Amino acid sequence: MIAIQNLCKSLGGKAVLRGFALDVQDGETVALLGLSGSGKTTILKCLCGLLLPEQGTITFDGVPLTAESRSQLRQRMGYVTQDGGLFPHLTLKQNLSIVGQETGMPEADIEARTRELALLVKLPLEILDRYPAQVSGGQRQRVGLMRALFLNPSYLLLDEPLGALDPITRRELQGELKELIKRLGKTVILVTHDLLEARRLSTRIILLEHGAISQQGSMEDLLHHPANDFVRRFVQAQDHT
Amino acid sequence: MKWLLFFVLSSHALARPLVVGSKKFTESVILGEVLRLALKDDGKDVTHSQEIGGTRILWNALESGDIDLYPEYTGTIEEELLQRKTTSFAELRTLLRQQGIGVSRPLGFNNTYALGMKTGLAEKMGIAKISDLQRFPRIKLGLSGEFLQRKDGWPGLKRAYRLPHDGVKGLDHDVAYRAMEQGDIEVVDLYSTDSEISYYGLKILVDDLGYFPRYEAVILYRLQAESEVASVMERLGGKISNDRMIELNKRAKSDKVPANRVAADFLLQDLALSVEVKQRTRSERILHTTVEHLRLVLISMFFAILIAIPLGVIVAKRRHLGRGILAAVSAIQTVPALALLVLLIKPLGYLGLSGIGDTPALIALFFYSLLPIVRNTLSGIQQIPENLQETAEVLNLSARTKLWKIELPLALPSILAGIKIALVLNVGFATLGALVGAGGFGQPILTGIRLDDYGLILEGALPATILALVCQGCFDWLEKRLVSPGLKL
Repeated sequence: MIAIQNLCKSLGGKAVLRGFALDVQDGETVALLGLSGSGKTTILKCLCGLLLPEQGTITFDGVPLTAESRSQLRQRMGYVTQDGGLFPHLTLKQNLSIVGQETGMPEADIEARTRELALLVKLPLEILDRYPAQVSGGQRQRVGLMRALFLNPSYLLLDEPLGALDPITRRELQGELKELIKRLGKTVILVTHDLLEARRLSTRIILLEHGAISQQGSMEDLLHHPANDFVRRFVQAQDHT
Repeated sequence: MKWLLFFVLSSHALARPLVVGSKKFTESVILGEVLRLALKDDGKDVTHSQEIGGTRILWNALESGDIDLYPEYTGTIEEELLQRKTTSFAELRTLLRQQGIGVSRPLGFNNTYALGMKTGLAEKMGIAKISDLQRFPRIKLGLSGEFLQRKDGWPGLKRAYRLPHDGVKGLDHDVAYRAMEQGDIEVVDLYSTDSEISYYGLKILVDDLGYFPRYEAVILYRLQAESEVASVMERLGGKISNDRMIELNKRAKSDKVPANRVAADFLLQDLALSVEVKQRTRSERILHTTVEHLRLVLISMFFAILIAIPLGVIVAKRRHLGRGILAAVSAIQTVPALALLVLLIKPLGYLGLSGIGDTPALIALFFYSLLPIVRNTLSGIQQIPENLQETAEVLNLSARTKLWKIELPLALPSILAGIKIALVLNVGFATLGALVGAGGFGQPILTGIRLDDYGLILEGALPATILALVCQGCFDWLEKRLVSPGLKL
């Protein structure tokens, strides 16, 4: 379980998070939704220890995240960014194996894990010798996901993982990702600005405004019982139902 | 740095032959060759560091033992080195011996300073004596750098004759004759044994106040080397008259006979010493200077790369320390090359290292190569996108893996570009090595300027340009091999 309490963070002198609090249960998929600048990516960066909050605590199964503990805790996290975060000078295979090598995993195990994950994300094995720039955006995201899953983490932190894809690929991958999350039973925090994506993938939606929760619940809650005018406008603007 | 010192120390510690030094003008080079050949004939192991610099550099090199002997003039010794007048040659000898320096008998000619003008112009203006110049405050003087600075040169002359001229141009002695030919300057300083006096049809202005002291040519040597050089010193005493010296200068400068040939002919004709001199063909000379030049470039670049990349990484990672390093490396770059070379002589002497030859050249080239590499390593690392830096961190990669497998490979194109810039600059800078006797393509350029020989200048300048292009080509090839194909898509 992830517990976030009273999280405050300023960036460049501007308060981005103001007392943000959230509990995420094991196996839950929570979508952080909001306009740009609402603080959703900042929350994710705080969760993986890239940013340290000025106030508030984050605990993973009771272990508080600090500058000292973050390296330990990161072993249980998988992190995927918008463009996959692949290193352009390494082949897809090297992008994956670097994670295993760093933990001292034997080469044979790395090979086996790579095959297993490729099957899981439906990636043809033969393209793994290519460089990131030689494959499609969708394929890059699949490799990014494989790398995040490589050490079998408990938590998946996804920062707009499908944000850079064309609508058709995006739609396709959403379906696959949903199935994958369900099958793996990971605890997932997904950052997105797309209401439909949040609805398809998550069990709970958190709508953020200016670094605090505006409303949380299911899509139906947001749709039929908007807590305030901002929620109403946000939903209307993206209502494709 | 430790290795650089080690290399330099070990090369210095090897048993050394006698070293003759000479100044940057033809007469000094000819006399240097005379000394070298005579000592060689006397059975000594001897080399000649040609055209190392001016009086100060030669004197310092003699004091520190980088050279063992060189030709000098009594006037210069009094005015510049002892900084006092002597009443007799014996007194001069005693004063020098107190400083550990021996002096030979005068060679027989007096090469004093003089002022000269084109004969036609002098007659037209009615100038025959130095004091006549008082009447022409706007006449254009072009004086050599050393003459402008020396106590017995321009400052004293201006005072003694109360000359009104200000803003006098300082330029190389050899360039001055050509500038005079072009009409850019009208009065030059010259040496009374210069072959140019007749070659350019110059008139020597009479020193009517008897300002210039006598400049008897002598040989200065380290007393430690006295037993080895004494017999040759004795043989050369009184053997070269003024006319003979002018003739030797003319053969070298106007007839373009190599200095070693001029020296050998003199020894044969005047001292009945038959010595063999090898004349290198042009291609042999180019090969020789190429090897010297490459040695300077490759050794200095090797150490520069070894030191500058880690420095660049430190600058990228440690902001405060980095700022200091960057400031220091940039500051070095602003020191003019010639100044750095001369400035290095003393400190190197304290370290027991040679202030002339390869050592100062290598050190100067090493320092000049740092900035482009440090800068480009820094910007290469800084340009890595933030999301990749963050990904590497969240993937829990160790600092070591992050540096070697992510940051350096991503920064590599920029680092290589920095090395390439440093290399091309280094090939150019290395020509200045000749100023301190390190050889290389600068040597024919320097000699070419001295002898007004364009062919010789090109013999240094063209290969230097070609070498720079070849280095660049090699690097482009290397870049293709080293940089990940993933970065070129």
